[in-house]
Amino acid sequence: MSKSLKPQVRERIAFGLLTASAGMVIVPTVLVIGLLVARGISALTPEFLFAFPTNGMRSGGIFPAIMGTLYLVLGTIIFSVPLGVLAAIYLSEYAKPNALTRLIRLSIVNLAGVPSIVYGLFGFGVFVLLLRFGASLLSGSLTLALLVLPVIIVAAEEALRSVPQTFREASLALGATKWQTVRRVVLPNALSGIITGMVIAIGRAAGETAPILFTVAAFFLPHLPRSVFDQAMALPYHLYIMSTQVPNAPPRIQWGTALTLLIIVLGMNLIAAVIRGRFRRRRVW
Amino acid sequence: MSGKRKRMTEVAMEGLVRASGIATIAFVVLILALLLREGLPVFRCTTPAKFLFGRDWLPLSDVFGILPLILASLLVTLGAVLISIPLGAAVAVYIAEVAPPRMKEILKPAVETLAAIPSVVIGFIGLLVIAPLVRSVFGLPTGLTAFTGSLMLAFMALPTVVSIAEDAVTAVPTEYRAASLALGATKWQTIKLVVVPAARSGIFAGAMLGVGRVIGETMTVLMVTGNAAVIPHSIFQPVRTMTATIAAEMGETVQGSPHYFALFAIGLVLFAITFAINLLADVAIHRSPSGGR
Repeated sequence: MSKSLKPQVRERIAFGLLTASAGMVIVPTVLVIGLLVARGISALTPEFLFAFPTNGMRSGGIFPAIMGTLYLVLGTIIFSVPLGVLAAIYLSEYAKPNALTRLIRLSIVNLAGVPSIVYGLFGFGVFVLLLRFGASLLSGSLTLALLVLPVIIVAAEEALRSVPQTFREASLALGATKWQTVRRVVLPNALSGIITGMVIAIGRAAGETAPILFTVAAFFLPHLPRSVFDQAMALPYHLYIMSTQVPNAPPRIQWGTALTLLIIVLGMNLIAAVIRGRFRRRRVW
Repeated sequence: MSGKRKRMTEVAMEGLVRASGIATIAFVVLILALLLREGLPVFRCTTPAKFLFGRDWLPLSDVFGILPLILASLLVTLGAVLISIPLGAAVAVYIAEVAPPRMKEILKPAVETLAAIPSVVIGFIGLLVIAPLVRSVFGLPTGLTAFTGSLMLAFMALPTVVSIAEDAVTAVPTEYRAASLALGATKWQTIKLVVVPAARSGIFAGAMLGVGRVIGETMTVLMVTGNAAVIPHSIFQPVRTMTATIAAEMGETVQGSPHYFALFAIGLVLFAITFAINLLADVAIHRSPSGGR
């Protein structure tokens, strides 16, 4: 831009560039999703979704991978939600602005930033080897639970904080104790926000691959896992091996697996958005 | 409920929630402790200097120099950051200052959707669509290069950069803009000379968290960067990052072998790097006008 340009002209150019930058986010996102739908949709037959892989995974379906991911997500939620919500209650209702609280917040930020493969190492070292759970649904769920813990804490704390202070004061004025107030007044009013966080965590856990590589994921199993100490197949790991480890894997299975995973993950995010939107509209304060 | 039992419930529940809060500190300490316990023994068969600056990664011959892996991570990260930070900051400014409401309604969900796409799916697209494209456009022997990784990771880091930077830009007080506009500045001059400088801590924090996201990314780089553990001389060459090395080799190691310890030691290096980056970002966020909230 030369110096002789008028500020108004410069503004036009700058805003044009900013608009173009927005396009550079929207266009690739739409292209990626469009491509996955276009190539994958024809694979999504009932047989593909409900059959076991056959012929060295080169035909058949992805049923055990879908079920494995569902089991894993369920385990992750069971371990992470109670702990995460309790920690959020502490931060929102009990914590004083002191060094301990600052340290807890810093820890949460750092847990959120630890690379997923390091969670995988941790899960492998602690749950698989040290505690001898082996590569199992239990080890995988515990590892993923740690990974999504910051997501749950942050969402739950925000939900708890959005409950107006006057609600707490009214409850306390009626003679309720602090915990009674938290349990009967604050928590119920924060429930939709907490559920939103939980659903987002489900989406995250369903899509993660690195943490499950050595803690639970199986290349192929001829049956569904029978106990929490069994290995399981999982959708993201299945997509990984179908695109890198299985020579001449049919594209139909690859794209179908990718689209199934995408639908589950984006579906969870959509559900979260709907709950959030409803909650905002219904909120009385 | 009797008064005594009521009081006991109070004390017990307060103890329980406090313990849950403190557990988050314990987890960070535990992760560090495990990485130290399983990583440090590698120094029985090598020295820290040889480990960090050794030019050869030959696990089968018990030679563990991670310099090629560190350089690969840095190269891929640098490429990704050069794309995602300017682009992310521009998108953040656009959303917060320029975009018409309808455009905002499209853009924000688009960014959230991009953030939600699993890294293995991005890797899959990179492997099947982008790598062949890179190969033919640049006339390379293979499309699985550091550049391909940077390209994919840039888009994965974008949502992080955009959302943190957007918060920072939005948090700049309206009076700043009003004062600038009242002095006759155009909207763009106001953005460039007032809003962006006022939001710089937050934009920096977004950039840092983006870097953290990129350097720790595993599946995408494992799938698209070609997995060659040699010192890279060009961005158009196959490389092997620290994360990809752990992911690719952990399955083949024997517990307690030097190779096993070496992979945990790489995890320790990764942990230290991301810890420092997150600390920097956290300090920057608390310095920004939004104060992190």
